[in-house]
Amino acid sequence: MTDLSTPVSPVSPGSPVSPGSQAQAGAGASAPKIAPPLWLLAELTYRCPLHCVFCYNPTDYATHRDELDTEQWKKVLREARALGAVQLGFSGGEPLLRDDLEQLVDEAHRLGFYTNLITSGIGLTDARLGALKEAGLDHIQLSFQDSTQQMNDFLSSTKTFDLKKRVADSIKRHGFPMVLNCVLHRYNLPHVEKIIDMALALGAEYLELANTQYYGWAHANRDQLMPTREQLEHAEAVVARYRKTHGDKCRIFFVVPDYFENRPKACMNGWGSVFLGVAPDGAALPCHTARSLPGLTFPNVKDTPLRDIWYDSDAFNRFRGNAWMKEPCRSCDERTRDFGGCRCQAYLLTGDATNADPVCDLSPMHEQVVNVVRRAASAGDVREQPILFRNDANSRQLASGHADKGNPR
Amino acid sequence: MSDTNRSSAVLKLRPLFRMQWEAAQESFVLLYPEGMVKLNQSAAEILKRCDGTRDVAALVADIEAAFNATGIAPEIEAFVAEARRRGWLE
Repeated sequence: MTDLSTPVSPVSPGSPVSPGSQAQAGAGASAPKIAPPLWLLAELTYRCPLHCVFCYNPTDYATHRDELDTEQWKKVLREARALGAVQLGFSGGEPLLRDDLEQLVDEAHRLGFYTNLITSGIGLTDARLGALKEAGLDHIQLSFQDSTQQMNDFLSSTKTFDLKKRVADSIKRHGFPMVLNCVLHRYNLPHVEKIIDMALALGAEYLELANTQYYGWAHANRDQLMPTREQLEHAEAVVARYRKTHGDKCRIFFVVPDYFENRPKACMNGWGSVFLGVAPDGAALPCHTARSLPGLTFPNVKDTPLRDIWYDSDAFNRFRGNAWMKEPCRSCDERTRDFGGCRCQAYLLTGDATNADPVCDLSPMHEQVVNVVRRAASAGDVREQPILFRNDANSRQLASGHADKGNPR
Repeated sequence: MSDTNRSSAVLKLRPLFRMQWEAAQESFVLLYPEGMVKLNQSAAEILKRCDGTRDVAALVADIEAAFNATGIAPEIEAFVAEARRRGWLE
């Protein structure tokens, strides 16, 4: 999983030389006022060899089985590139389960995308690494669940830790830049020091310590995964220390858990602003968890051109700009900074996607978030509900309304 | 991190970064894992020349010749320092 809430830093570094006049001519004279997408997330499949308890995939993923074929994906890539998208993530599920991945990377590279493979590393053999390098893959983000084999294997419900370490070595041998991603929560926050040591030892250029965002499977397991404030403060102090001593070798990102904040994240940099996701079955999504929102019909790339989807569809226009906002967002000075926060979180916690994200302490429903955090702090290590692994059986049951908690397979 | 001989070091973009023209942005951009920086024209002209063949002095001379300008060394040096700080250069 990756956090795409700030995919673009529109930094314009000074003007060291007399700048002259930046070219203003060309495209866009008659283009719509809506800015083009910059990020295309291609979720190639929901299939995955892991069963992570914090996966953001929809809990009913097992009911979305039809995957786009190679030619359909190539068409998506061409149309997205023509619109202006330049960063491309191949994700899932586990994208390596698609045996046409190399073909798609090749096409994307030819089109001028910067290509990122977001993977668990399962199935990333030397042969495939070589083929992906040849196809022009730019970067690999490898996920780890923890620094210890026991925890990694428990949280993903597999035996994968040693394999992942070998894969990380191979990725570096093939000369790829590598980002290590580790999703943080109650069970591994105390190990953050070891996780950083491991990233350094494996030669990662970046380490993304992403505190769990509570959507999909993570939301279903929220009470089990929610850390305490003390755990977070400890981890943040460790990160600050390592940034001082090792910051020039490995950049460490610490994605804050927003339940502990007083202001919401600028989710997706604004709805329909830079991010365009395409789900395995071709549904086009303004954010990777948008499927959790009721009352929205997501257009499908199989029958609708991407340009129409981005500029004209109801789904992509629903929360664009400010017009949809209610109080306290509507009159708030900060609405252009955080865009009212996350629509999925507003829906999950308040029952209405047009409400302010209740992470904001100006929201009349902020108390709900505070209570979740308080409950985590008081619950100690005992959890009444068993943890719910992401797998097909649980997914089908959740889709039909009830799940068998604690069954890892 | 050592600062010795910085001024005579050859300037080179780190392989982590890729620079390209983006018509939709009407600008050069610097691409890196899961991110992008939009460059203004000056930044682009400097970074284009950070190809492992020039030190700062050669880069200044090159840009002064290309744009028929003089006295821009301090500005270029400041930008190069900033690019180093951001980790864009080797």
